[in-house]
Amino acid sequence: MTADLVGLATYASVFLAMALVNGIACLGLNLQWGQTGLFNVGVAGFIAIGAYASAIVTTPLAQAHAGGFALPIAVGWLAAMLAAGGASALVGAATLRLRADYLAITTFGVAVVVQLVALNAQRLTGGAFGIAFIPRPFEVLASQPLLFATANLVLVATLVAGLFAGLEKLVRSPWGRVLRAVREDERAAATLGKNANRYRLQAFALGGALMGLAGAVQAHLIGFIAPDSYQAGLTFQIWAMLIIGGSGNNLGALVGAGLVSVIWSVTGLATGTFFAPDEQARAAALRVVAIGVLLSAMLVLRPRGLLGERVMVSRHLDQKPPGSG
Amino acid sequence: MNTQFIADGVVAGATIALGATGVTLTYSIMRFSNFAHGELISCGGYLTLLLAGGIGSIATASAVPIDPFSVGWGVLAAGLIAMIATGLLALLLDALLFRRLRGAGASISVVMASFGASMALRALLEVVFTSKPAYFSRELEIATPVAFGLRATPDQLLLVVVAAVLVAALYLLLGHTSLGRSMRAVSENPALARVGGIDVGRVERATWLIGGALACASGVMLGLVVQIRPFMGFDLLLPLFAAAILGGIGSVPGALIGGLIIGLSEAATVQWLGAEWRAGVAFAVLIAMLLVRPQGLFASRL
Repeated sequence: MTADLVGLATYASVFLAMALVNGIACLGLNLQWGQTGLFNVGVAGFIAIGAYASAIVTTPLAQAHAGGFALPIAVGWLAAMLAAGGASALVGAATLRLRADYLAITTFGVAVVVQLVALNAQRLTGGAFGIAFIPRPFEVLASQPLLFATANLVLVATLVAGLFAGLEKLVRSPWGRVLRAVREDERAAATLGKNANRYRLQAFALGGALMGLAGAVQAHLIGFIAPDSYQAGLTFQIWAMLIIGGSGNNLGALVGAGLVSVIWSVTGLATGTFFAPDEQARAAALRVVAIGVLLSAMLVLRPRGLLGERVMVSRHLDQKPPGSG
Repeated sequence: MNTQFIADGVVAGATIALGATGVTLTYSIMRFSNFAHGELISCGGYLTLLLAGGIGSIATASAVPIDPFSVGWGVLAAGLIAMIATGLLALLLDALLFRRLRGAGASISVVMASFGASMALRALLEVVFTSKPAYFSRELEIATPVAFGLRATPDQLLLVVVAAVLVAALYLLLGHTSLGRSMRAVSENPALARVGGIDVGRVERATWLIGGALACASGVMLGLVVQIRPFMGFDLLLPLFAAAILGGIGSVPGALIGGLIIGLSEAATVQWLGAEWRAGVAFAVLIAMLLVRPQGLFASRL
């Protein structure tokens, strides 16, 4: 009985940590889409860039793939943010001056190419077998699953709390207001002397860096990565999280991440229980249909999501002008 | 130099051109990049497969290959019916999803909805047909010399001719019929077209029907030359967009030439770099165009 409870608690901790990792990517997407209106269809690609960058710099010496510098995990996280943020900046520099659709198409292409490189550039990425032996935080506790899972959960939760606080501060800052001004009416923002494309580029790069960080954190939680984990379905999941939770709202991004993760794993358990083993692939596809329909219905029926965006104006607006009684 | 890649590239290019034409039409009339266009291609392929099976069970003679091709008249008839059905499917998607969002003015949320629809449709195909590839015919075909030492199968030759006829027909329709004139007017300026008494809704419906039908034709071609699987259209999506942008979005001749260029460069990559890098070509062309000439080779409206 107690063994069951321990198992359950371990499962819950691992599950929560994974949901929070999705939340990090979702926060990044919220900065790009929710705040700035930049449409990224290659989320999975940027997550993969982060995961591979971190894995390459932190794994011990290896022949199967590039790198193997055995650097600390924190350096890996940083490398992931730099790599994914840099890639986002390049994509943004090439496409942000063009129509919004071109950014969508290009990010889609990035995801395809990242998948291609991960699969085929064997000497860089380990090919289809991926990269193993990625160091995990608190590795010394690994013999005690519950303690290990809890320590990791606390680490990820602290990270997410820090990111959330920072982003909340950022979107309320003058910088965040310019982002929304650019999103709502680029010309009006330009007449106020704001260089719309520069702000877009900053938001896009920062959002991409967060996605890369999510990839790295996840890679270090699991200890193993492979190209299969970063297909278009992942992009789609992160999008569903943001739209369902409420685009433009950081808390909504996290709530959406939690909710979709719950739906995903409950339906996963259900299909695992109710379908014969040879029908599993079909059942898994059925889950994607369900999430797709949910996303589309949300867009049509409740486009603001569960929480929606709160009106944010300067805190100075509340103050009455001096002398007005 | 081995020039066989030219024959393979033209066949692949014709497939891409048919899809890219649909993408370009949707973009210039409805003003959004339809990420679900690849799934129209897959659905067209599977619908044809189903219908050909149906026809085959009624008239067994329909499955007998017509010499020198690998399929009988059943598949051809099924393809024609499926073209209409895929057009109707596109209309249905529009009525259920896209039209509701297009009206709202938030143009990019239509793109997102199309991304969601793409995912859901693809998964649905996987649920119904599983991810195992399917084929129209088990016949083996020998590639025969055509000209200049190039080889192609009779099927491939037929498909290139059919694709050329379809694109030419669309070109004539746009240039010389009243529907074509209305479509060009809407692509130029929807508000003005409406004021001028053009039924914009009718133009949009016609665009979906044409785009869906061409997508289906592309799916049948792909099914005949390669195979039918749920991901076939999705894997073609990046080449489609690259071809449309390369040719200049909104231009039908541009989509044709863009498709051929992408098809040829893919085939050249397969021959000299290796098949695994094929999918990267479209991205390289796309980035080059966006950096150098984002309006495309033939910058024009319809």
